[in-house]
Amino acid sequence: MATIKVTRPKLTLLEKLYFPSIVKGMYVTFKHAVRSLRGKSIGGDSTNTSGLGITMQYPEQKWDDHLPEHYRGVPALVTDEQDRERCVSCQLCEFICPPKAIAIIPGEIESDDPWAKVEKRPKEFDIDMTRCIYCGMCEEVCPEQAIFLRQDYAMTGLSREDMLNDKKRLYEIGGVRTGLVNKWNEVK
Amino acid sequence: MDPFLILVVSTLVKIIGFTFMLTLPMVAYSVYAERRVSAIIQDRVGPNRTGIPLTLFGFKKDLHFAGLLQPLADGLKFFLKEEHTPSHVRKFFFWIAPVLTIVPALLTLCVIPFGSSVTIFGENIKLVIADIDAGPLFIFAIASLSVYGITFAGWASNNKYSFFGGVRSCAQMISYEIALGLSVIPVLMVFSQLNLSDIVQFQADNGWLLLPLWGEGLSAERALLLIPMGISFVVFTISIFAETNRMPFDLPECETELVGGYHTEYSAMKFALFFMGEYAAMIVGSALIVTLFFGGWSIGFGADAYVSEWAIGGLIHLGAFLTKVIAFIIFFIWVRWTLPRFRYDQLMKLGWVIFFELALVNVFITAGIIMLMK
Repeated sequence: MATIKVTRPKLTLLEKLYFPSIVKGMYVTFKHAVRSLRGKSIGGDSTNTSGLGITMQYPEQKWDDHLPEHYRGVPALVTDEQDRERCVSCQLCEFICPPKAIAIIPGEIESDDPWAKVEKRPKEFDIDMTRCIYCGMCEEVCPEQAIFLRQDYAMTGLSREDMLNDKKRLYEIGGVRTGLVNKWNEVK
Repeated sequence: MDPFLILVVSTLVKIIGFTFMLTLPMVAYSVYAERRVSAIIQDRVGPNRTGIPLTLFGFKKDLHFAGLLQPLADGLKFFLKEEHTPSHVRKFFFWIAPVLTIVPALLTLCVIPFGSSVTIFGENIKLVIADIDAGPLFIFAIASLSVYGITFAGWASNNKYSFFGGVRSCAQMISYEIALGLSVIPVLMVFSQLNLSDIVQFQADNGWLLLPLWGEGLSAERALLLIPMGISFVVFTISIFAETNRMPFDLPECETELVGGYHTEYSAMKFALFFMGEYAAMIVGSALIVTLFFGGWSIGFGADAYVSEWAIGGLIHLGAFLTKVIAFIIFFIWVRWTLPRFRYDQLMKLGWVIFFELALVNVFITAGIIMLMK
């Protein structure tokens, strides 16, 4: 085993006195305090600082403009440009969902419907947001590109029922998604 | 009016006014100041929301007042918390310990002059609760009692970490009290008296101890005395830090090693009493430093003689005193959020090997200067 001898650094008299370094430290904190009070803390610009320090004061100021494209927020269902539900209720998302937040009851599309050849659409599509962990596996697994994680993150409710997103709500959040999204390409 | 009646009533008013209406709110607001200042130092915001929740009553906006109501909310919370006494504690000492922490801290306030004097009904009333001729000695005697509170708390909690906190506190207070007492001797040699009101009056007339720029303070003797007084000030201030268990010396609490130190087992108001005791001790410490070294209530530069002539001049002096004390409290907070904690052996070494000797030598330096210049 190699032995590494660590020699302690020789301290000069000033360093042994502690006092100069204490004053130096106090100067550092004082500088921070002054910058904070003037609203010019380092890194404050990039966080839209409210003035004091670098803190963004949440409900008044939001991070929304900084959200990345791939942000995983509330999952939602989308329709395509012809107002067709993209979901064909294959239930892959229900099976892959790690916390079992998704519950789908599949339904048949009647033969007189113009989209009768799609055969199936969800009769019920519930996502329990008290269970959802925002992992994005449902989006990844969906062969029809029908479910997407949106950029909304402030999903709140006063009861368990409020936190249950049913089919109607999911389409409201999701809206229309035009064009085929090339999920496996570099281009998104 | 009967002078005796005036004496009794004015003393009562001073006790209630200074201790309960001035110092206790100051304790609460120094907690708020601690949080805000630490936040500013660390580039944060701190508590700025607690206000009047008008939205609960259907109004559009809450009133925040920059979080100035936070101490009230904190106090209310302490009252509403469960008062839990663990089954394994020594009940009597467990109950008496918080009281023993806060009472000495508030008791020492009575000798601190917080203003010059006011004239009411033709009677000249000094703005100090007890104008006794042994001010600093009284403060040291009472303040050292507060170690009992912390030691009892640690011991009675029947918990090894609390016990460590109590023992540490005891050792720390005893070792720094020596430096504290010795460092104040040169100061008292310069004033040659122990009455704190007279000490402040002397400084108002002849220049603050560390700022001798007017009156008889503009002498070579006082200028030369600045060196030992500076040493005294440093030793005294640092000892006050240790005595009040403030940051560089907060080993009795020491969250990282001892969970919460001596008050781990305490909850609700009993915990709040420890908390208040700590901050009250800080306020008394600041007041003492201001009184001894920075001229107490004096405005300085020879302006005090004019101000004292007014009937309410004492209240202006009260304002000056509070300003200085608040400045020192902020200094205390600033130090806390700058310096890391000392290791225990460093703390002991600093107290016994450095400050004790320094304060002792300082006594002789001061004596020499006074003897040579007289």
